[in-house]
Amino acid sequence: MRFLRQALAVTAVSIRTIPQRLSSSLVAVVGITGVVVVFVAVLSIGEGFKAAMTNAGRSDRAIIMRSGADSEMSSGLAGDHVNIIKTAPGILQGTNATPLASSEMFVVIDVNRKATNTAANVPLRGVDATVLEVRPEVKIVEGRMFSFGTNEVIVGRAANRQFSKLNVGDLLHSGEISWQIVGVFEARGSVAETEIWCDVKILQSNYRRGNSYQSVLVRLDSAASFDPFKDWLTSNPQIDVQVRRESEYLESQSRALTTLVRILGSIIAILMGIGAVFGAVLTMYAAVVTRTREIATLRALGFGSMPVLLSVIGESIFLALCGGVIGGALAFLIFNGYQTSTMNWQTFSQVAFAFAVTPALLVQGILYSLAMGLVGGIFPALRAARLPISQALREL
Amino acid sequence: MKYAHLVWRNMLRRKFRTTMTLLSIFVSFLLFGILMVIRVAFSMGVEVAGVDRLMMTNKISIIQPLPISYLPRIQAVPNVTMVSHASWFGGIYQDPSTNVFEFAVEPETYLKMYPEFKLPPEQLKAWLADRQGFIAGRDLATRLGWKIGDRIPIKGTFNRPRGGDGTTWEFNLVGIYDGAKDVDKTQFLFRYDYLDETRTNGRGMTGWYLIKVADPAKSAETATSIDALFQNSSAETKTATEKAVAQSFANQVGDIGAIMTYVAAVVLFIILLIAANTMALSVRERTSELGAMKAMGFGDSTLLGLVLFESVTLTLIGGALGLFMAWLFALQGDPTGGFLPVFALSGKDMVLGFVLAIVIGTLAGAIPAVAAMRLRITDALRRS
Repeated sequence: MRFLRQALAVTAVSIRTIPQRLSSSLVAVVGITGVVVVFVAVLSIGEGFKAAMTNAGRSDRAIIMRSGADSEMSSGLAGDHVNIIKTAPGILQGTNATPLASSEMFVVIDVNRKATNTAANVPLRGVDATVLEVRPEVKIVEGRMFSFGTNEVIVGRAANRQFSKLNVGDLLHSGEISWQIVGVFEARGSVAETEIWCDVKILQSNYRRGNSYQSVLVRLDSAASFDPFKDWLTSNPQIDVQVRRESEYLESQSRALTTLVRILGSIIAILMGIGAVFGAVLTMYAAVVTRTREIATLRALGFGSMPVLLSVIGESIFLALCGGVIGGALAFLIFNGYQTSTMNWQTFSQVAFAFAVTPALLVQGILYSLAMGLVGGIFPALRAARLPISQALREL
Repeated sequence: MKYAHLVWRNMLRRKFRTTMTLLSIFVSFLLFGILMVIRVAFSMGVEVAGVDRLMMTNKISIIQPLPISYLPRIQAVPNVTMVSHASWFGGIYQDPSTNVFEFAVEPETYLKMYPEFKLPPEQLKAWLADRQGFIAGRDLATRLGWKIGDRIPIKGTFNRPRGGDGTTWEFNLVGIYDGAKDVDKTQFLFRYDYLDETRTNGRGMTGWYLIKVADPAKSAETATSIDALFQNSSAETKTATEKAVAQSFANQVGDIGAIMTYVAAVVLFIILLIAANTMALSVRERTSELGAMKAMGFGDSTLLGLVLFESVTLTLIGGALGLFMAWLFALQGDPTGGFLPVFALSGKDMVLGFVLAIVIGTLAGAIPAVAAMRLRITDALRRS
């Protein structure tokens, strides 16, 4: 108990005397703040992308593609196969007792990006009449739903924001067709919001695809129906398809970029962390040197070397914590919600997303700052604990 | 150089502090090098794009194919000296995470179009003799441990072969191309004639055309007259310089690379300032000593030179070590397993790093040294 009381008392003294060493303490805090900002900001790119990709994914929805395809882009399904898929057991029945299965086509078209005014690959999805029941999260927020059998389209909120001339009333020229934009939709910030949707039949004839599709999105009557549904389809010798839960499929699509950001982000953050630790070590050494006499006096009064050691580490961790908290707050204020878009290489198309500074990231940032403080404090603390008392008392 | 010993002793005065300063400068420059590597990797080859090459794609999007019959018509356009073409194959080697990107090309014109891809002549001959032959970039072959003579199966996704199991394509590795460090050495190039004869759908189509022009200054006019040829056809075209296409790709990847590098650059600068501050501190501590040297007859410029020599030596040693480590790091290749095909530290960025080291060293030494010079000797001596 006495040991603990001593340690707390000495730590309190060192923290209260920080203002006397303000400039060198600030240096350490600023360094650690910077590192935490970078750490949190870079990882928030990955989190935001992942959120956009997986937000709308549901475990009671399944996506069916040709076996061997790694994304909708490289898949292809013949019309009569799609008809077989629609008869599989476990599909939820919608109004008019139609199975809730949207047979879809997925292509990309060139639309200019607002920020750079250069062409970007924007996904254009052909959907069928069940689409709004299959995807109940989709809400038309401006204009109206397109009418089937016409060249009308609706655009996602993010596409409307990131790319040029995608407003209600605009005409979008692409190849031999001009699409009439009649509405804007939202889908809980998910990847669908970067897409443009049209009638799949119109898209088929425009792309001379006959009666072929690329994927079928199915709403099951429950998440548990997935396994029998999948078994029925994969054991059917007439068709050659793969069946995946939508949530799992979207997660796998986001993995590439998330991994990229994680690897690069970690390399940068670790190196910066090492740099900041050097800064913290210098600061703590300066603190120990200026307090040499004070520490020696404490020791002479009967304080043990362990409490002194702990107090130096405590001060270092305290400074690092300040840096971590400030850094986390700055990263949140500057980067959370920052809108941008990038290329999803799996589908070779644009995905708009917002940087997401999540609570988990903030906690990781603060833990990282604590680690930096601990490492930065150890050596100076050992030095303080080993000070020869009589000699130190004589020092200036 | 007669003062070198003096400078050396000054650096050793506080060994621990010097070491820490040196280490933080080292880490900063290591990081600087890595950031430059990442920046170049994210720029998608904009800086190395050939000025005399045009790229022609389908106007709707690059994923829409173009008829192979366009080739002779492009060749007839004035200012065009050579035409080649390429198609994205979209196959999978083992599983998608191996990141192998296959392209079907015409071997001879493609390699002439990209002289930066160096392939030994006997390997080119072998390629021309083997319809199932393909060549791989050095980095790709190293990453996957491929050797010449290996038979590589690739699963087609949208390209399906006739015969066999209907999905698997067989290729023979006949050559490995090399190139300078900023050249993408991760490509898998195989013969278009093999693709077109074997696939079950999409025959007679290709992905995009590559066009070499005689006079790069006239590229814009040439591009316009090529696109005019195919106007109002079922596959309209869009022709632009390779640089413009690379730039638009970099724009598509977007600002995430840029944001990562900018944010990190700001912090890098902070860490450098902290190091510089420590160095400045060690000069400030010596104010009275500098006064004593002035009293002994050392001139202002000599003293300033001494201080600068010391600080610049420190930043240069730390900087050189850091840049060297960054260079070694880049030599290990892309740490992400195939996402960043060009992963190298350019000579230009190396030079930039050294300039930065000298500037930081000069500033860190000059500011406190000049302040000390301005003091009258008597005042300087009184400082403790």
